[in-house]
Amino acid sequence: MTVRDERPLSAVPLPVFAVLLAALALHVAIQWAQPRPVARAEALEAAPPVTVLRAAALGEPVAMAQLTALYLQAFDNQPGISIPFKDLDYARVIQWLARTIDLDPLGQYPLLLASQVYLQVPDPARQRLMGEFVQEQFLLDPDRRWRWLAHVAIMAKHRLHDNALALRYAAEITRAAPAAPSWARQMQIFILEDIGELESAKIMLGGLLATGQVTDEHELHFLTQRLEALKAAEKQTTQTKIRQF
Amino acid sequence: MAYRRILTLARFTLLEAWRTRLPGLFLIALALACGTAYFFQQLAITESVRLQIIFSAAASRLAAVFVLGLYILTSIVREFNDKGLELTLSFDLRRADYVVGRLLGFLLIGAVMALMASIPQLLLAQAAAVAQWGVSLALELAIVTALSLFCVMTFTQLMPAAAFVAGFYVLARALSAIQLMSTSPLAVENPVSRQFVGWLIDGLTLIMPALDRYTQSAWLADAAAGWTAVGVCATQAVLYVTLLVAAAMFDFYRRNL
Repeated sequence: MTVRDERPLSAVPLPVFAVLLAALALHVAIQWAQPRPVARAEALEAAPPVTVLRAAALGEPVAMAQLTALYLQAFDNQPGISIPFKDLDYARVIQWLARTIDLDPLGQYPLLLASQVYLQVPDPARQRLMGEFVQEQFLLDPDRRWRWLAHVAIMAKHRLHDNALALRYAAEITRAAPAAPSWARQMQIFILEDIGELESAKIMLGGLLATGQVTDEHELHFLTQRLEALKAAEKQTTQTKIRQF
Repeated sequence: MAYRRILTLARFTLLEAWRTRLPGLFLIALALACGTAYFFQQLAITESVRLQIIFSAAASRLAAVFVLGLYILTSIVREFNDKGLELTLSFDLRRADYVVGRLLGFLLIGAVMALMASIPQLLLAQAAAVAQWGVSLALELAIVTALSLFCVMTFTQLMPAAAFVAGFYVLARALSAIQLMSTSPLAVENPVSRQFVGWLIDGLTLIMPALDRYTQSAWLADAAAGWTAVGVCATQAVLYVTLLVAAAMFDFYRRNL
């Protein structure tokens, strides 16, 4: 409708004008007097069953997995409030992450969130919980998920200072992920070396070289050197012990 | 005698809804909502009844808003196209009477729809909570009715009117959350644009109804709202319906037929 189609303002009865202005003024006044909405941290709800999520995905489970991951990722920043990760219920966070993986087993996003985001919280109990979750998921598809467990192993060693745990994770990679690159599969050896388990490290490294799993010439050279260094270090340790005796 | 003409218009509006099978359509929509809620309840491992209540209430609310809003728009547009409006106004009838008569009919239809939507909820939730939820739904539908009437009087065509009603409704439901987001320190890095966005959102909250406070499914599943909260909703709804009807009349009086 153009302006020319309209009748003049005088065509509108005065009471209509009056009611319009009065109602508008009153509404604005009431809304003005209303208290502003207050931000309130909401607890993370339990994740719905994967069957419900699949039904809600309408045949697009991967898209639903991405949405679920984004929802979880944004949960720490609810409208008007930012929640520290340490205040989140990690059992529920893990539930959401597991659902996301169930919907899209090939997706790496939930494990990235687990190992790089939720594992960074300065709370050892929550870090361990998330580490265990990553390990569980790693065992379901080791060749695709080894990198996340490798990161968790490093975190266990340097943040948690739990060498036994780091060693366990590294050993899982060596055992279960043949497609992982050699640095990841050799991580166990270096952890053993770091914690002074020279004999074990030597045996493992020798075994690795003997089985012919390492084919790259440079890597072979580097690992042989490491083996020699380990032998020398072990010899030196033995001599020191004899002198002390 | 104006009230008799208004009542006649309201009666014909109700008759039109009955003859165009609106109750049947809404019953089907409700059955779909409740059936889907039951299906989800069967799938749930825990809190299955809660999930059923929440889904059924939220879906029924959306269905009521969608069906009623679209019905009003199509009904008035059909009247425009069939020249029924010109015929009606050729009688001894003021334009304001026409608007009020049609509004009254649509408000009654909205109230019946709210009642229909409340009945299935009685199977799962407390009667008092259902009553509050139902009254609140009727109030929300009253606002949607007035809004649809205003939009169709202003735009006179279905597409722009429907788009405006849908956009307005979604924004009114989300505005409180948007206002909270705008106050988040992480929201916008640029302080000037942040302040501008803040003013814009605050301005919108002054002129729009806060529909997120109406008809919450949590009232049925967790704790009833209380009649005070429903009373506050009723006051705001009456005021907002008056405002929208006055705006609709303003536009209608200025229209050249």
